[in-house]
This record gives sequence, C-alpha cells and structure tokens, in this order.
Amino acid sequence: MNDTIAAISTALGVGAISIIRVSGDDSINIVNKIFKGKDLTKVKSHTINYGYIIDNREIIDEVLVSVMKSPKTFTKEDIVEINCHGGVATTNRVLELLLTNGARLADPGEFTKRAFLNGRIDLINAEGVMDLINAKTEKNRQISINKLNGKASNLVKELREKLIKIISNIEVNIDYPEYEDIEVLTNEKILPEIITFKNDLEKIIKDSEDGKIINEGINVGIIGKPNVGKSSLLNALLEEEKAIVTDIEGTTRDIVEGKINLGGLILNIIDTAGIRETDNLVEKIGVEKSMEIIDKVDLIIFVLNNNEAITEEEIKILNKIKDKNSIVVINKIDLEKKIKLTNYNKKIIEISVKDNIGIEELKNEIKRIYNIEGIDTKDMTYLSNARSISLLKQSLLKISTSIKNIEENAPIDIVELDLKNAWELLGKIIGETYSDELLDELFSRFCLGK
Amino acid sequence: MEYEVIVVGAGHAGCEAALATSRCGHKTLLITGNLKNVATMPCNPSIGGSAKGIIVREIDALGGEMGINADKTLIQMKMLNSSKGPAVRSLRAQADKVTYPQEMLKTLKNTKNLYLKEAMVEDLIVEDSMVKGIITNNGEKISSNIVILTTGTYLKSDILIGSTRTRSGPHDEKPSMHLSDNLKKYGFEILRLKTGTPPRIERSSIDFSKAKREDGDRELYTFSHDIKPLYDVDNQEPCYLIYTTPTTHKIILDNLNKSAMYGGLSDITGVGPRYCPSIEDKLVKFKDKDRHQLFLEPESLYYDDIYLQGFSTSMPKDIQEKMVHSLPGLENAKILRYAYAIEYDAIYPTQINASLETKIVKNLYTAGQINGTSGYEEAAAQGLMAGINASLKLKGKDPLILKRNEAYIGVLIDDLVTKGTIEPYRMLTSRAEYRLLLRHDNADIRLREYGYKVGLIDEERYKRFKNKLELIKEFRNYLKSTKITPKKEINDILNKIGSPTLKDGICLYDLLRRNEITINILKQFNLLNSNYDKEIEEQLEIEVKYEGYIKKIEREAEKMLKNEEKLIPSDIDYDKVKNLATEARQKLKQVRPTSIGQALRISGVNPSDISILMVYLRKKYNE
Repeated sequence: MNDTIAAISTALGVGAISIIRVSGDDSINIVNKIFKGKDLTKVKSHTINYGYIIDNREIIDEVLVSVMKSPKTFTKEDIVEINCHGGVATTNRVLELLLTNGARLADPGEFTKRAFLNGRIDLINAEGVMDLINAKTEKNRQISINKLNGKASNLVKELREKLIKIISNIEVNIDYPEYEDIEVLTNEKILPEIITFKNDLEKIIKDSEDGKIINEGINVGIIGKPNVGKSSLLNALLEEEKAIVTDIEGTTRDIVEGKINLGGLILNIIDTAGIRETDNLVEKIGVEKSMEIIDKVDLIIFVLNNNEAITEEEIKILNKIKDKNSIVVINKIDLEKKIKLTNYNKKIIEISVKDNIGIEELKNEIKRIYNIEGIDTKDMTYLSNARSISLLKQSLLKISTSIKNIEENAPIDIVELDLKNAWELLGKIIGETYSDELLDELFSRFCLGK
Repeated sequence: MEYEVIVVGAGHAGCEAALATSRCGHKTLLITGNLKNVATMPCNPSIGGSAKGIIVREIDALGGEMGINADKTLIQMKMLNSSKGPAVRSLRAQADKVTYPQEMLKTLKNTKNLYLKEAMVEDLIVEDSMVKGIITNNGEKISSNIVILTTGTYLKSDILIGSTRTRSGPHDEKPSMHLSDNLKKYGFEILRLKTGTPPRIERSSIDFSKAKREDGDRELYTFSHDIKPLYDVDNQEPCYLIYTTPTTHKIILDNLNKSAMYGGLSDITGVGPRYCPSIEDKLVKFKDKDRHQLFLEPESLYYDDIYLQGFSTSMPKDIQEKMVHSLPGLENAKILRYAYAIEYDAIYPTQINASLETKIVKNLYTAGQINGTSGYEEAAAQGLMAGINASLKLKGKDPLILKRNEAYIGVLIDDLVTKGTIEPYRMLTSRAEYRLLLRHDNADIRLREYGYKVGLIDEERYKRFKNKLELIKEFRNYLKSTKITPKKEINDILNKIGSPTLKDGICLYDLLRRNEITINILKQFNLLNSNYDKEIEEQLEIEVKYEGYIKKIEREAEKMLKNEEKLIPSDIDYDKVKNLATEARQKLKQVRPTSIGQALRISGVNPSDISILMVYLRKKYNE
C-alpha cells in the first residue's frame, strides 16, 4: 500500500490562492478529519466542496476542496486538492495539520513518480511534467505541455514506424527467400529509403536542439581584460531584463552568475571568475581562463576597450572565437577611440555601458543568432531534454553506420543490425524498449528503494 | 513400471524423442497409429528452409536424427540467402517422401532399448497430478515413469474440403478421438488450430516446358556435421516455378463462398497460420497482385506426385479441378490428391515449462504440433529436447534449457512457453534477436558439448568435433602470426584486387578484415597456404569479417542473460503487486516467468509493468 503524501503545489508567496495536493489511499480520510463541511468520504468523485479547515474547533481557513477518486486522477490514486485563501502562513498551517493527521510530506517530484509508476504517464510524459514544473518562460511552458500531451511521443512513434517498415521488408526477404514476387531488397534499393529517414531524423534533432535552447537556455560567457567593463555590461543586461535568479547552481557544473530572459530566450551568464572582481588579474592568467570559458559556453561575448590599443592576447582570443557563436563588443565608445581592429570581418557592436548606448543592438544580435522569433512556438513538439536528444543522436549515428555499410557492400543482414539498433534507441525515448539503464535512471531520479 | 518412457506418436517429434531417450539408455516404447507412417511428411516434401535449416543443424549438433536422415534421402539441396549475410544462410533439401520414413523406421528398429507398438492412445494414467502411463483405445494400460505426447494434427482432427467436414487424420488416417478431451479433464486448456496442404498432381500430366526450371546448388552440402555428402551434385531433381493466371484468380474469386474458409463451412474455429496462407487468402489479402508464385516440387523418386507449393486451398474438388487447369502447363493436369485444410486440437503452450514438461501433470512432456507449432523441423527440435529432458529427469539431473543466444531451438521453446501462440508457430530468423550468433556454420560449436554431456554424441563424434576446434585455433594462430611486408610484388597484387597498398607489415588476420579480401583471394595470389577444410576457413573468415558485430551482439546477449539471472520467486503473488496493468497481471499469473528476463518477453507486459514488478521485488525481498 502506498502511503499518503501531501505538498503545497503552488509557488509560495505568489498569487491569491495556494493549492495543497494530497495523494494516496488515505487522502480523503485525512482531509475529512480536518474539514468542516460535507462529509468528504461520501461526496462524489470529481467534485468541489466548500467548507473550512479546522484544528479542533479553530477555523484555520476558508477553502474549496476538490475530491478526485482513483483511478481517473493524476497519480491514479485518490487525490484531494485544497484551495487555501489565507496566504503563506495559513497554507503552511494547513499542510502541518495534514502531516499530523497521517500524511507524509511528498518528496520533490513524487506525485509525478507515482503517476509514472501507476502507469498514468509514460517516461516522456513524466519528463514533461518535470519540465513544466521547472518552466520559466512561456515558450518553455508550451513545449512542456506538448510533451505532456504525448505529441513528442507520437513524433518518435512515427519515426519508429517508418524504420520498422524498412526493417520488416528486409526480414520478409530473408525469411521467404524463395518468393521472387516479394520485392527483393538489395542494398541499392534501401539506400534512398534510409537516406530519407536520416534526413527526417536530422530535422527532428535540429528542432529538438532549438527546443533545448528554449528549455534550458544558452550558456553565455562574457570575457575580456580586467576593467574592460564586463561587470557593468552584465549589470546593464541584468538590470534591464530583471534577473530571474542569481547565484544559483545551473545545469552545468559552473556557477551561473545570473539568468536573463531575453524575449523568451534564457541566457545563463556563466561566472567568468573575476567578472565581478575589479582586481588586476595578470594578463596571462586572464587569457588561459578565457580560453577555458570559450570551450565551455554556447555564446561568447568578447568585450574590448575602445580606449586602449588591442593586445596580443586579445588577438589570440579573437582568433579562437572566430568559428564559434560569438559577439565582439567594443565598450567605452564614449571615450577616445584608440583601438584598431584589422583582419576582423565579423560584425562588431559598439557600446557604451555608461551612456546606455548599443545595449539594445547587442540584445538584438543575440536574438538574431538564436533566431528566437523564427522558432514556431505554436507547434513545439520537440524532444527538449538532454536525454532524448542524446538518444536521437545515437540513433542517427546507427543510421549513418548502416549507410556506410551499404556503401561498403556489406550483406543486408549486417546492414539491418544498425537499423534495428536505431529503432531500439528511439524506443528508449518513449520507454518502449526496456533497458536496465532506463530503470536505473528511474530509480536514481525518483529515489526508489533503499 | 513396464517402461521408463512412453512416446505417443511417431512423427518427427516422436521419433526424435524416442531415439533420444532410448539412446540415453532408457527403456522406451514408441506408440503410433500406423507403423507405416513413421516420420511421414504429410505436407511439403522438404526439410530445412530459412531458419529451419539451421534448426536441423542444431538437432544434428545435439545428437538428433533429422539431419542425417535428410542427408540419406534428399533429392535436391540448396543454400538459401547465401548473399544476404552469414547469419541467415540456411539449407533447404527436397527430401524423398518414400525413403525418408523408410530410413527413419530402419533407424528406430535398430535402436537398443526402443520398442515400437501400433495403437491409438486415448487417455493417460494420472495419479496425484503425476503421469503413470497410458491407456489405448482398446482399454490396454501400459505403465511408465514418463510420457511424451507428440500427437501432431491427430487430436480430434477434421479434414475440410469445400462444404464437407470429415473427422479424420491426414491422408485418411484415424484421428485420436478422446485424448484431447481427457487432457482437458486433467486441467489443460485446449486450443483449436488449422493448417492446410495443396493438391498433388501427376507428374506425367504436366507440361514442364511452360515452367521455369529451378535446380539444386552446384556445391555439395550436408545437414550432418559427421557424414560426407551422399548425393550426386549432377543428378539432383529439379523443381519448377510457375505463376497463377488471371483465369485462376477469376475462378477463385467467383467461387470464394464455396471455400470451407470463406463460408463453405460456418463452424470453423481453428486459427490458421498467417505466414502460410491459402491461395484464397492470398487473393483476398493482396488484391493488387496480378499473379502469385507457385512451385512444382517432386515428392519422391518412387512415385509420380508433384507437390503444388503455394496453392493450398479448401475449395471443393470440382473448383480445385478448374483452378489447377487454369495454370500454365497444368491445362491437362491430373489431380492425384485434392488440397484440404485440417483442424486439430493443441494445448496452450504457456501450460508447459521450458523443459517441455507440463506445469499441470508432472512427468508428462509435450512436443510438436500439440504445443502449437507448425513444421517438421520445429517438431523434431522439441521432440529431441523433450527426450533429452525426460532422460535428465530420470537421472535426477537439471533440465537442459537452451538460451535464446545459444540456439534457434532455445528461441522456439522460450517463445512458446513465454508468449504462447494462437496460430501455428513457425520459426523465422526475425524471431531470433541474436541471430548473428545462431548461424548454420557454428551449430556444432554452440551445441555439441551439450549433446556429448547428455549422452547423444558418442566419443568418436566428439573427438572429431574437438579436433575441428583445434584446427580452427591452429588456423587462427597461423593467420595471426603470418606477416606480409610492403614488398613491391605484394602491393602489385593488392593493386590488382583494388585494395589499398601496404606501408607497414600486416598479418593475414588483419588483412582479411578488409572487405575486398577473402581467403580465396589470398590463396589465389599465393599469399596464403591453407590445407584446411572449407568449414575451417569459413569459420575464420566470418570471425574476422564480422568480429565487431558479433562482439556487439554478444554484449547484448550478456545484458539479456543478466535479466535472466534476476529470478522471480516461484511463490510470488501477483495480486499483491499493486498497480500492475490488468493485462500484465493476467499474463504474469498465466506464464509465471522464472526471471525478469522472461517476464520482459511476455507480450502484454510493458516495460512500466516490469519497473513496477522490480520495485515490488526490491521492496519485498531486499528489505
């Protein structure tokens, strides 16, 4: 038997009401103990009931209680949701009451875990819920909702169907070798089909990576000599767009200095060790550090000083960032121009943080690079988390190997092996291929067992 | 006890089972309705085929009889799929329908400990859920420690032609009237299956000039690992290929309602095999095809019947006449035997263990069509395994259960007892997920050791096998230790072959990795001296060329084996596992898998069910 769990399901301190969700076999009984109104054990499923939460005789809050009985609920268990109206303190008090009456505080993600384990949602749905909970922008939220609706599952299912058609045709040829009227699939004949499939898959990977950008944002490194104005640029960006969070651990192991929501695109500004410091780092260490950052981030903003001649180190960095997503910014254009840039033909943005010149242009350039407006947010059926994208890419790799095998004239049975692998990898995305790793991943994500 | 083992039925399963137990030293009685019909081939006159040919090799590796018996009596031999990859190559022989049963009967008669008897078995002696013997239709009781049922299509079989249903076994043989009812009484769930066979045509009435001749291969092969080819490569019987005509299609479609399967009979419950459809089925299901392929196959050198492969039907006889005469070359054909469908009883195979002992009655084993399979090879394989496991049980040893990465036989039995079947089950290469390991060429390497251990492979055959392994090792060492250097004459040769020239020295083993290099080419250019047999060379060639893939499949197999090792306690109560999907719970209760690996293969049990089961097991049994 599953114990009954409870948690506050809305963000604390935001909005007029907060909802406490209770799930488990005892949820109705437990809530009923502290509810004054109708007898909740006797009300119909999927009803909303008006009443009060009471502690002994003391009225804690005036509430609406939704009673949803198993199995048609989010977790497939009995669920009760209490809509509290009294603010943080009262909500906490109601939660405490539930806990003292037999519920247990839910672990993070535990409702989702139960929904998955009870067969209410598949793995990709579970991820969708996780993403939805973590959604920070509107576009981000739309992807999560699509995932929840199973659109992403369907996308993968379609891919698998296409692939299984090719595979089963090969199988028929092997199992019924004497039948000439089944089209004999030679390598030459299946090559175009596989190439078409590969193109489809590549397109989805591309879209998914866009999705990932929307979901997880891009990591941005601001580099440049000390005193070139990195920290003031960061502050300018943060100030304008209002930092979402500061000083929290990001998705990478790096410290995220701040997050900026740039018209739906999240910029994770990576701490460039010293970006906020005003001390004089030795130039050499600065260059090494910069090189490290360049390798780690998705976008580099390289800040130069309009008022100083360019240094050898800076030229080195310019060379290094040539082939990456990067924006060269010349700051301090309010001062006298002493910098001279030769042999650099990419776009340069001239700004003055002090006089608030060029910041908008910089932001537009970032948006242009990531084509944020170009991504169709209406039909955002992408597989936007790292696990799915990695499986898609592994699958693509198998397809490429099979194409290579065809070109080297390997027997069709060998060609098929990689196609089958690709099919299985796609299955892993939607939990249709069983694997130990998947289960282990689940156990680790949901802290199952001991 | 009068006998240690009684085998009921002397078809391909029964013969293998009886030979296995008697050869392992157990006093065995083989009972059949008609001793003239031992190991007959009531349907197609061939042994082997895609995947099936590999099963025959496996039977031979384990010490069964089918391979040798086919080698003795074949009249044409072909290697199928030779260009499609090493794993899917498979032998197919046209076997003589007269000499094949004769040879098998001779072997049975010459086997020590084996007794033959003509009778129909109608009931079992069962005490405390344990079988103690059989009862014949005359009421005779014969006792034994073990009974193996290999009843083929004889359980309450009905022959269906047009609108007539006749209770009969194949070819007018007596059916077993009560055995399946009695099995039901002991608690078995009975399944009704259906299969069919095409008409036989008189050879002299066919104009073969209108057909395309299909000859046997020019290379000699054997199923057996121990004997040399017994046939003359230049003197094989041909088969012929023809196609149905628009007239054929019109006749069939106009008379569709007369076919037993399309309304001629309204009481058909048997489920037929999808992979072996009747000609009516083919026309209905593949409407856009304007012709279908048919093969004319000789049944024997000793009589005149030609088997019309691909033309199985349950049309009435007069329509069959019209249909046959619409075929090219068969305008004046004389039908010797009409096509018919046959319905028969089988048991749901999830009621048996992987050892082929039933879960319901102890010491009772079943093999072949009674377990829901179709095909001579599938039957023989099960008969052999039932025999082996009956012997092991009598000796108090653990059963031999072949794994899915070891043999097609392992795949076959695991599929049956895990997934069950609702149509006659035929082996296909696509059922074997590790088929790159389950090849024609390495059947003995995979299985001969088992055959030796259970006592079916004698010292002489075993020594020959060990010697082969030695030679493979020797040849491998030779290839690895023989280096060639980038001399001009060598690079000239490589240039000629279209292979990149050498810059450094390389051993022959590594050179063979190149796609364009084969052992034959190396021999041709005197870069390799080999006196080794073709099979030794082939073994190394496959090993070198597909090493990467073979290793990968082996790793996948290891993963599967890990799941096999995660045992499910036999006393598990699935009703206590919360949140299982209803279908999954039902299937798990029915099959009672022994491991997580097996549970995973049950259709209707989804990965999420397995996750739930794992959570339950971890909680319940680890805490």
